[in-house]
Amino acid sequence: MKILVHELGAEEFARQVEEEFAHFVTLGTDFPQAEYDRIAAYFAPPPFETGLSGEIDRSDPAFALWVDRQVAAHKAPGYAIANISLKPIGGIPGDISAEQMDLVADLAERYSFDELRATHAQNLVLPHVRKSDLYAVWQALDEAGLADVNLDLVSDIIACPGLDYCSLANARSIPVAQKLAERFADIDRQRDLGELKIKISGCINACGHHHAGHIGILGVDRKGTENYQLLLGGSGAEDTTPAKITGPGFDEDGVVDAVERAIERYRAVREPGERFLDTYRRVGMEPFKEAIYG
Amino acid sequence: MAENPLRFRDDQQADEPAVSLGAFLEQANANSVRIEAGDDVRLLIPALDRVRLVEIDFPRFRDGRGFSSARILREAGYTGELKATGDVLLDLLAFMRRCGFDSFAPDSPIDPAEAELAFNRYPHVYQHAADPPDSPWAVPIWKLRHA
Repeated sequence: MKILVHELGAEEFARQVEEEFAHFVTLGTDFPQAEYDRIAAYFAPPPFETGLSGEIDRSDPAFALWVDRQVAAHKAPGYAIANISLKPIGGIPGDISAEQMDLVADLAERYSFDELRATHAQNLVLPHVRKSDLYAVWQALDEAGLADVNLDLVSDIIACPGLDYCSLANARSIPVAQKLAERFADIDRQRDLGELKIKISGCINACGHHHAGHIGILGVDRKGTENYQLLLGGSGAEDTTPAKITGPGFDEDGVVDAVERAIERYRAVREPGERFLDTYRRVGMEPFKEAIYG
Repeated sequence: MAENPLRFRDDQQADEPAVSLGAFLEQANANSVRIEAGDDVRLLIPALDRVRLVEIDFPRFRDGRGFSSARILREAGYTGELKATGDVLLDLLAFMRRCGFDSFAPDSPIDPAEAELAFNRYPHVYQHAADPPDSPWAVPIWKLRHA
């Protein structure tokens, strides 16, 4: 496709698409409104209650911390969106045991209109929880070891299965994610660093979307040994940018150290309110390169 | 000529060998044409009324341009024989028929019984295409739902 667009030019390509589309319309392949409505009915919002309280009782401080980090606003009054972290420090990103999954399924059934979503960030979401139920949900999650408070923080790492599980991989991803999470385990340090998305892929197929990470790590095979390239400045959000490679790669421990040096450089040069990505965009690659390679 | 078990037409087969698209356009009395992958089949549209057989060649299964060539001809109103030749595989057959092919001459023979199974694997479709008019595919599922 990209080759075709390149050959034809974007304008001519668009013209041909429009022409073909106009032709399709004459073939009567479009389905009627009744079919659209039939399918749309499957996506109808659940029957939200009205007149619910918008208050959350924050008297338990541990619960209040979880609410501030893991809970997002819902469009229906009295409801909230609860993000369940699958990123305990030292764990495998996105892993959940059968017992934990049973519990989460029960919570979804009881508190979220039987709905549970998995996110690309390897976490789970209870999409429609009454604010008055959040405390009960949190208590159940906490008891099951599912109440980590690190959404979008440095330990909320996306990692592909890597060489541990994947026959395509060139390098392991999970141990790197685990070492990084352990390095930044201190929650005060994590909160101080703010939103910081680390993404790790164990080969160029890029299942971990390392190229869209604020900090990305790509595992490659270099003459039979695992080697990790470091990338900075990617974003998969509305402000999409591809990350850039910092320079020569590292071994497993080396890349963890390099990430820490880059993050410490960010702390040294950031301006108030700046995320890692914002600082990188403002100051560019050089200061980070200097910190990483000396 | 032996009966082709993978020909789904009742009319007489064309009796002359298919010629290249260029040759066909130059020979005003030719009625059989052979389309190679990469040929622009739209050049044939002005001459469709004298065509009895179009062979479309698939040099390798991963070259799908012949699918487009077939449906372009059907959408232009061609009703004669449309034959797929070359690297035609069992799992492509149903899609080829949906693009308008009504006859098949695979390089590696396909068991007609297996072809029959392949054609009947999915009775319903989401969208009509250049389907045979008498096939269940000609009526998309939404028409059946909202008739």
